Amino acid sequence: MRNLLKANQREAIAILVLAVLLTLYLTTHPTGANTYVVTIWANQCLILALAAIAQFFAVIVRGIDLSVGAVMALTNCVASYLVIGSGLDMAFGIAAVLAVGVACGLFNGALVVFGRIQPIVATLATASLFTGLALLLRPTPGGRIDYDLADAFTLDVLGIPTALIIAAAVIGLFWVPLRRTGLGLGLYAVGSSEQAAFQSGMPVPVIRLASFAMGGLFAGLAGLYFSFVTTTGDAGIGPNYTLNSIAAVVLGGVALRGGVGTLTGAMAGAFILKTIGSLMFFSGLPPLAQPFIEGLILAGAIAIGGAGVLRVKNRLEVFGK
Amino acid sequence: MSRPEHPIVRLRGVSKVYGATRALSDVDFACFGGEIHAVLGENGAGKSTLMKLVAGVIQPTSGDIEVDSVAMRLKGPADAMARGLVCMFQELSLVPDLSVRENLMLGAVGTGLGRLNTGVVRRAQDILAQIDGGAIGMKTRVADLSLAEQQQVEIAKALTRDPKLLILDEATSALNASVVEKVFQLIRAERDRGVGVLFISHRFHEIESLADRISIFRNGTHVDTFDNGACSYGQIISKMVGQRIDDLFPPKPAPDPHAQEVLRLDGFGWADTLKDVSIVLRKGQITGLGGLDGQGQGSVLQGLFGLLRGTEGRCLVGGTPVAINHPKHAKNPKLGIALVPEDRKTEGLILDQSIAQNLELAALGTDGINASDPAIYRPFLDALELKCDSLDQPVSQLSGGNQQKVALTKWLALGPRCMLLADPTRGIDVKTKTQIYALLRRLAESGVAILLVSTDYEELIHLCDETHVFYQGRIVRHLTGEDVTAEAIIAASLNIPASAQTAQSTHA
Repeated sequence: MRNLLKANQREAIAILVLAVLLTLYLTTHPTGANTYVVTIWANQCLILALAAIAQFFAVIVRGIDLSVGAVMALTNCVASYLVIGSGLDMAFGIAAVLAVGVACGLFNGALVVFGRIQPIVATLATASLFTGLALLLRPTPGGRIDYDLADAFTLDVLGIPTALIIAAAVIGLFWVPLRRTGLGLGLYAVGSSEQAAFQSGMPVPVIRLASFAMGGLFAGLAGLYFSFVTTTGDAGIGPNYTLNSIAAVVLGGVALRGGVGTLTGAMAGAFILKTIGSLMFFSGLPPLAQPFIEGLILAGAIAIGGAGVLRVKNRLEVFGK
Repeated sequence: MSRPEHPIVRLRGVSKVYGATRALSDVDFACFGGEIHAVLGENGAGKSTLMKLVAGVIQPTSGDIEVDSVAMRLKGPADAMARGLVCMFQELSLVPDLSVRENLMLGAVGTGLGRLNTGVVRRAQDILAQIDGGAIGMKTRVADLSLAEQQQVEIAKALTRDPKLLILDEATSALNASVVEKVFQLIRAERDRGVGVLFISHRFHEIESLADRISIFRNGTHVDTFDNGACSYGQIISKMVGQRIDDLFPPKPAPDPHAQEVLRLDGFGWADTLKDVSIVLRKGQITGLGGLDGQGQGSVLQGLFGLLRGTEGRCLVGGTPVAINHPKHAKNPKLGIALVPEDRKTEGLILDQSIAQNLELAALGTDGINASDPAIYRPFLDALELKCDSLDQPVSQLSGGNQQKVALTKWLALGPRCMLLADPTRGIDVKTKTQIYALLRRLAESGVAILLVSTDYEELIHLCDETHVFYQGRIVRHLTGEDVTAEAIIAASLNIPASAQTAQSTHA
């Protein structure tokens, strides 16, 4: 048990913090805790959580993805054309949206793996590319998503917000099984020590490519879910989500150096970040002071993660030796 | 035991070249099933390169590798593993952030990217139990294990991959004698089942008790192969040593054991790496630190230069106790310590910057020195005959030898009282070596104390006035005067007691 806690220390802290913040939020909310309030909160959190998962797949293999928001914007715009009409049309539309996400991810991955370009540079370039495509599709916000379908994904089932059910499904039906495969293990191995992974006979390029593809898939899912929540297409949503997805994974205990952290942690980080934002909204703090306080909390949380440097015994190790 | 007709792996005329250095040249080598084949040689003799070639980690520059008598190209470790060539690497192949259990499953036979094979874990646990590793928690992160425990896990991991040829590169260096014996029992059992074993170790007694055949490598060539027991210690060591070069080195003055003391270390220790190290550096003396790679010599220099936290013991400079906590303290003219680090490309120089900018780095912020004055560097650059178009050329355009001249000059300009040098001639051409040796000797004569870590025993013999040999973080032998011989240094590096070595030599 001690080992288990130690191994998941960052994650355990993240979940504890989330519980405290949520309690605080629900008790201070002017209308009190009801299904409606919780559903709105959960929907907002899930969008960022899906974006954070996309970021997680880049960070876990020692990369970073600056195109997460751009892929969301692009898929959101695609969805605003295709996710409408008959049931078959919509099924095709959703498949197309997700395919676009995966294609973006694979493109990023190919630049990193075959082009040998650093992830931060590659995705900085592709972010502009994807945003540009989104703007060509939707120069101004518009289009529509089928309302019934949107409702089905953004309301509640028997009082439980659908967003939370989706979040649980992602963990239970995707993440837990993935962790039991060589690919799931390989993600960590590549991020933690590429050389050890290679010497253990793992196909390092394939794993990195797959990781970016999964990142693209989740950025696509984030864009799709954003479409359900707003029922419209908007090419300008990207930058905000990119930065928040990075903050979320760090908050959730995913190490930016790769190889450490979990998808669950990344989601928890996203939920925390959104909850802090919502808390500010109802806190009575002057609106102009809110970004300052939010930044302060974020900086503090991230600093805790970097405290390990103080224990280093050889100064050269601080420089990544 | 009779040898099978065909070797598992055969190398024919294999060479491996890295840039300007030949790690292996024209090597013919074969290893057979049902046989433990030990490979011996000094640092840089090409042993690890050989292992990496057979394990598919690197590909030969020229020549053929045959597996089961078929010439082929091993595309990578996965390819080699699929053919039954399993390597346990010196730089461990464990992923630090994953648990023991996960590491055992990583890349296990028949797993690939699909469902993980948990059966491997049980087999590995059985193996671990046989080598005193039963207490290692399967859920513990590998980074939290001791080096010895990591090696035990490595061994278990390798054995669960059903090797036809098991390659052990310094596989037991951190294990204690009783565990080593248990590992050997396992290895012998594998051999008796027909598995071939390729074994690198620096511990003579291990090779003596384990090996069926022994191959010696020297400077990237395969010198000899013979049955274990056919040669004495003395003969083996002389095969490892080879020829000497004498006129490389400047003449040594008569030793002066009472010269003024510049720096003294008393009972110096750090974490698990260094234990009870005591060294005295005297004015005008060149003191050598010898031993195999990574026995703690490098940490002595880092500790003296203020890079390590939590060191034990006393350090006196000019008779006064000092605490050196930061390179800035060390280079302060009051102490006057300079360190030329081991890896000039990453630690010693900033490759993209110009020679002039690199030269200034050490002098910047040092009291009483005008870093931007080129005149303070000129005498040393001239003495070392730096070859460059202009001082504005980026350091990356220089050859290795000329880069090292820049790294040396940058510190010499501070006029240090004590120079710490980590293998300053590694990978450098002979001419530059002689220039550096001559300069070091002149510096010593002008009163600078020099501490030189070297893996080249020729330097320890011909350049240094005295030598301390390290083994597992301790000084195991202090050699001076006539006692500094290649045989004595190698024997001490392998921690063979002085008496045993002389006894064996007289046999020969």
